[in-house]
Amino acid sequence: MKDLVGIKEIEKSDIERILNTASSFKDVLKRDIKKVPALRGKTVVNLFFEPSTRTKTSFELAEKRMSMDVLNFSVPTSSVVKGESLLDTVRTIEAYGVDFIVIRHSSSGAPHFIARNVNASVISGGDGINEHPTQALLDAFSIIEKKGRLEGLKIAIVGDILHSRVAKSNIYCLAKLGAKVRLIGPPTLIPMDLPEGVTVFHDMDEGIKDTDVIMMLRIQMERQGKGFFPSTGEYSMLYGLNINRLGLAKKDAIVMHPGPMNRGIEISSEVADCQQSVILEQVTNGIAVRMAVMYLLSGMQENE
Amino acid sequence: MNNSILIKNGHIIDPSQGIDRIGDILIEGGKIAEIRTQSIEHRTQIKNTKLKTQNSELKTIDASGLYVIPGLVDMHTHLREPGFEHKETIKTGTMAAVKGGITSVCCMPNTNPVNDNETVTEFILRKASAEGVCYIYPIGAITKGEKGEELAEMGKMYEAGCVAFSDDGKSVMNSLIMRRSLEYSKIFNVPIISHCEDIHLVDDGVMNEGKFSTLLGLRGIPSASEEAIVARDIILSKLAGGRLHIAHVSTEGSVKLIRQAKERGVNVTAETCPHYFSITEKAVEGYNTNAKINPPLRTERDVEAIKEGLKDGTIDVIATDHAPHHRDEKLLEFDRAPFGISGFETSISLSLQLVHDGILSMPELIEKMTLNPAKILRINKGALEAGSDADMSLMDIKREYKVEPDKFISKGKNTPFDGWTLKGMPVITICKGKIFDYRG
Repeated sequence: MKDLVGIKEIEKSDIERILNTASSFKDVLKRDIKKVPALRGKTVVNLFFEPSTRTKTSFELAEKRMSMDVLNFSVPTSSVVKGESLLDTVRTIEAYGVDFIVIRHSSSGAPHFIARNVNASVISGGDGINEHPTQALLDAFSIIEKKGRLEGLKIAIVGDILHSRVAKSNIYCLAKLGAKVRLIGPPTLIPMDLPEGVTVFHDMDEGIKDTDVIMMLRIQMERQGKGFFPSTGEYSMLYGLNINRLGLAKKDAIVMHPGPMNRGIEISSEVADCQQSVILEQVTNGIAVRMAVMYLLSGMQENE
Repeated sequence: MNNSILIKNGHIIDPSQGIDRIGDILIEGGKIAEIRTQSIEHRTQIKNTKLKTQNSELKTIDASGLYVIPGLVDMHTHLREPGFEHKETIKTGTMAAVKGGITSVCCMPNTNPVNDNETVTEFILRKASAEGVCYIYPIGAITKGEKGEELAEMGKMYEAGCVAFSDDGKSVMNSLIMRRSLEYSKIFNVPIISHCEDIHLVDDGVMNEGKFSTLLGLRGIPSASEEAIVARDIILSKLAGGRLHIAHVSTEGSVKLIRQAKERGVNVTAETCPHYFSITEKAVEGYNTNAKINPPLRTERDVEAIKEGLKDGTIDVIATDHAPHHRDEKLLEFDRAPFGISGFETSISLSLQLVHDGILSMPELIEKMTLNPAKILRINKGALEAGSDADMSLMDIKREYKVEPDKFISKGKNTPFDGWTLKGMPVITICKGKIFDYRG
């Protein structure tokens, strides 16, 4: 495995290895000195073709904790605005001698396209409406941390599944690890021909009944005008998570959200800040998981 | 040019005359002088009598083991000139066509400028006679600028040489304009070729909507976007008359709609392209931009329905929709790459697979690639009759070869069939009195 472009492309054993390794790095993050020399001398470039605060920060911090040399490349300051093709941009960057390329791009498949054309390890930081693999890994890590396992858990993913790369990666990741995935959302925002074993609910109350985990997705305001749902108010009424609805899930159910949240729309403040919410822990775990991914891919580089 | 060519012992197929047997063809001055499918004595006679009367050199081609068919008529292509000469030119496009056994091509109007007036039509035809190695029949735009808003000057373009009208690349979304175009085209008795795609349902989609679009996280184009317009246009042609021709049929639903329409006596014809009966949406896996095409590659079920439609005559024509693009344009993120497949140099081989698989007989296949398009376009092509232009192709239908895009004559190397082994190819094409020999 040279790259991590998606969860679809990796095996259950790869996921387990990443999660186990992340657990050791989480211990590192609890120390007073949070830095390890594991990847000293390695160079990484963070190529963000889409605005991102948390994913980019999380990757950058993970890279620094691993003692890597970090380059940041963002669109407004790059030659992309001058009309350079993605491939030329990436080949130029590779010529600087980078070992890792972290990429976020609005086109689905952009990381796969780059991975095929460069020798450096490519890690997806989210591509179009396809996948966001490190988010799914950190979500799985967070669930296991709270619940001790994933096998057999009932997990609801609520919201705009169609356009959510977080949802897609989670569907593949959770299914590979043996969880029972339910998707909840309006029919306009659920894709066709879903993988086997995934169940779909359009009635949220029914869908979250007896679940162990509820993953809320951010609703994009711009979907409103495109006919996916009539208004955020109505969306919130039908698919927003409030305290009453949360009561339908198991007593010890946990609530997750990849951020940034629209408080009062897909999630009420009461829920976001309640005991069952693990939203901030997800953020911390993101660093450990990303450290693990780079560490393991680097090991693969050495072996080749 | 004035030299005579005798093609001996080939298996002649000409659906226009129902010929399907071994015979000889004598060509003189670029025209078919005589066809004999009789006994050996008769054939000897052609040689002797003709040679006595003509004082020119006779070139004999031994076509034993080969099929001799009328030059293929490809009614749906993009030659890209004027405006996109980096993708293809009239010269390179026609050279590639001839390599594929094609001797007459219709070029779609989505050039730059759009072929929506007689000046552009005249430019194309002038270029065609100067640089084209095969015959070119331009297709004019239905609406000015292919904008779907007001009718282009069909009459002037018809006078200049356009044989059909189409806004290929998009649908005429305004149903009233589409109705008017069908009505108006009756003056010239020319087909209106409809690219069926409801642009609102496409909604920035880049591949077929279904299992694979979900799996790849790519925006889907539902079959309904094609079928809704196929249905609409059939209904409009009942109202308005005219000669509706449905371009590049890709879905099971479209085949059914066209079949029903024909049963009810609607004046509609239809074409499909080799990729729609050869591969499915699965070819997009790995974000292969060379499998990005519009309409998109569909499912196994659609492929079967297309084959069924070809077999029962619902689909009249196989055309390439040759859509060459520059390599750099396809070496992009999937959703940024343009739609299209370079089709000239694989079309007949992929189509011959229908014969190998027993779906069509050789004459049935050749009819869909010669006589039927020529009839729809009302051009005097696609037949091997004495006195007609000597456009023909000699096919070795058993010869296997590997598809190597780098060896394409077309500037467009964009094919999803890279590395495939195909069975059957033209070994010689004769067009405009010239012999193109690919046996080397």
